[in-house]
Amino acid sequence: MTLLTEKVRDIEAAVAAIPEGATIMVGGFGSPGTPFALLDALLESGQGGLTLIKNDANEPGIGIGRLIEAGRVKRLITSHLGLNRTAIEAMNAGRLEVIFHPQGLLAEKIRCAGAGHGGFLTDIGQGTEIAEGRREIELDGRPWGIEPALHADVALVHAERADRYGNLIYRATASNFNPLMAMAAEQVIAQAYRLDAPGELPIDAIHTPCAFVSQVVQVDRATSEQGVRPHGL
Amino acid sequence: MASDTQRILARAAREVIPGQIVNLGIGLPTRLFHYLPDEMEVLVHSENGVLGCRPRRDGEAPDHDMIDSGGAYITTRPGASVFDSATSFAMIRRSRVDLTFMGAFEVDADGNLANWKIPGKFSPGIGGAMELAQKVRRLVVLCSHNDKHGNPKILARCRLPLTASGCVSRIITDKAVMDVTPAGLAVVDIAEGLDPADLRAATEAPLLIDESRMGRF
Repeated sequence: MTLLTEKVRDIEAAVAAIPEGATIMVGGFGSPGTPFALLDALLESGQGGLTLIKNDANEPGIGIGRLIEAGRVKRLITSHLGLNRTAIEAMNAGRLEVIFHPQGLLAEKIRCAGAGHGGFLTDIGQGTEIAEGRREIELDGRPWGIEPALHADVALVHAERADRYGNLIYRATASNFNPLMAMAAEQVIAQAYRLDAPGELPIDAIHTPCAFVSQVVQVDRATSEQGVRPHGL
Repeated sequence: MASDTQRILARAAREVIPGQIVNLGIGLPTRLFHYLPDEMEVLVHSENGVLGCRPRRDGEAPDHDMIDSGGAYITTRPGASVFDSATSFAMIRRSRVDLTFMGAFEVDADGNLANWKIPGKFSPGIGGAMELAQKVRRLVVLCSHNDKHGNPKILARCRLPLTASGCVSRIITDKAVMDVTPAGLAVVDIAEGLDPADLRAATEAPLLIDESRMGRF
C-alpha cells in the first residue's frame, strides 16, 4: 500500500501505471460521480484491452463512452446501457462484450469485495433468466443463489473533497458506486475537486477512510458537456 | 393520447398515501412526480441514492451532482437524505420502500411482469427494476392497455422474459384499473364511457367484472 505521505500524484503519472488489459472499476451513476478527468487521461495514456466495471456506459462522447468508442474496452460489466446508443451498437456488432447484472447485485458484489468477503447469498432473480446457471445452496430451509464478489485491479473514483492522505467526501448523488469501489480494488485512484491538508476534513463526515485509497489527484470541475442530457422521458 | 396519459397519472396519484416512501420507475411513472403536491409528506426514493426527491422548479439552476435514476436533474425536499448504491438497494431488498410504480411491456393474470427485455430487439440491461419489482411492498403498473398495434398488453400469461413473478398488486391503464387477486384480474374502475364488453375484447386475460361495484375514472 502507498505510504500516506506519497499519495498525491499528477494525473498523467497516476493513470500511466495502469497496465494494458487491466480490470478497472469506474464510479458514477450516469454523469454524477463519474471520474471524467481520470477517464480522459486514461484515453490519452493509450491502454487497451480493458475490462470496465461501471453501473452504466455514460452517454455517447463522454466518460467511458469515449473509451468504448476508441475501441479500448474489451468487456463491460454493468447494469444498464440505456442512455448510450454507441455502446449498444458496439455490443450488437460484437465489438464489446457486455455482462449485465441487476443494479443492486452489482453494487453488493463490489461491496463484498471491499469488505473482504468471497460473495453473498441472495433470492433476487429467482425464477428469472438472471438466475439461470447460478449455484444455489439451501440455508434455513430456503434456497439461496450464490453471488461471488467482484474484484478489480484498479478503481477510478470521484470525490468532492479529499485530503492528501486520501480521506474522501462525496457529494449528493455523486456518491453512488464510488465508496463501494474505493474499497474493492487493489489500486484506488481518487480524483477530487478540492484537495486539503490532513485535519481539514471534518472527521465524522469522511465517507471513505484513507486506508483504502492509493493515490489522489486534484482535478478541475467537470464541464457542462459532462452533465446529463435531456432524455425526453 | 395525451389525455389518456393524464388520466392514468391522475388515477395513479390517488394510490399514494401521505407518509409513504415511494419509488417512481423510468418512463411514464417518472411523470407522476408532478402529480404529488408539494405539501404532501411523501419521500420519493430514487435508486441512484436519494430519498426525498422533488422536481426542479422553473428557473431553478441545475445541481450537476443531483439527478434521479432516469437522469433528470432534481432537487430535494425537507427530510431528504443521500446515500451510496449498496444502501439504496438494501432499502429496496428490506422492503423499506412502500410503493413503486413501473411501466410494462406485458403483465399477466398472475401478477407476473415483463418490462426489461425483448429478445433480439431491446436488451439494454435490467438496471434496478428486478430488485424493485421483487421487493417493494406494493407494485402498481402504469401502462397503455394495448400496444401501438392494438395488441393486448394485459395477458393470460407473459411471453417475454420476466422481471419478477407474482409481483404486481394493481394495474392502471387508459381503459381500466385492475387488481391481481387469487381468482384472477378484478376490475376496480373502468374508463368513463367504455363498455365492459369492449374492455374484455381489448384484454387477453380473463377479467372479473362486477358492474354494481365498479367505479369510473
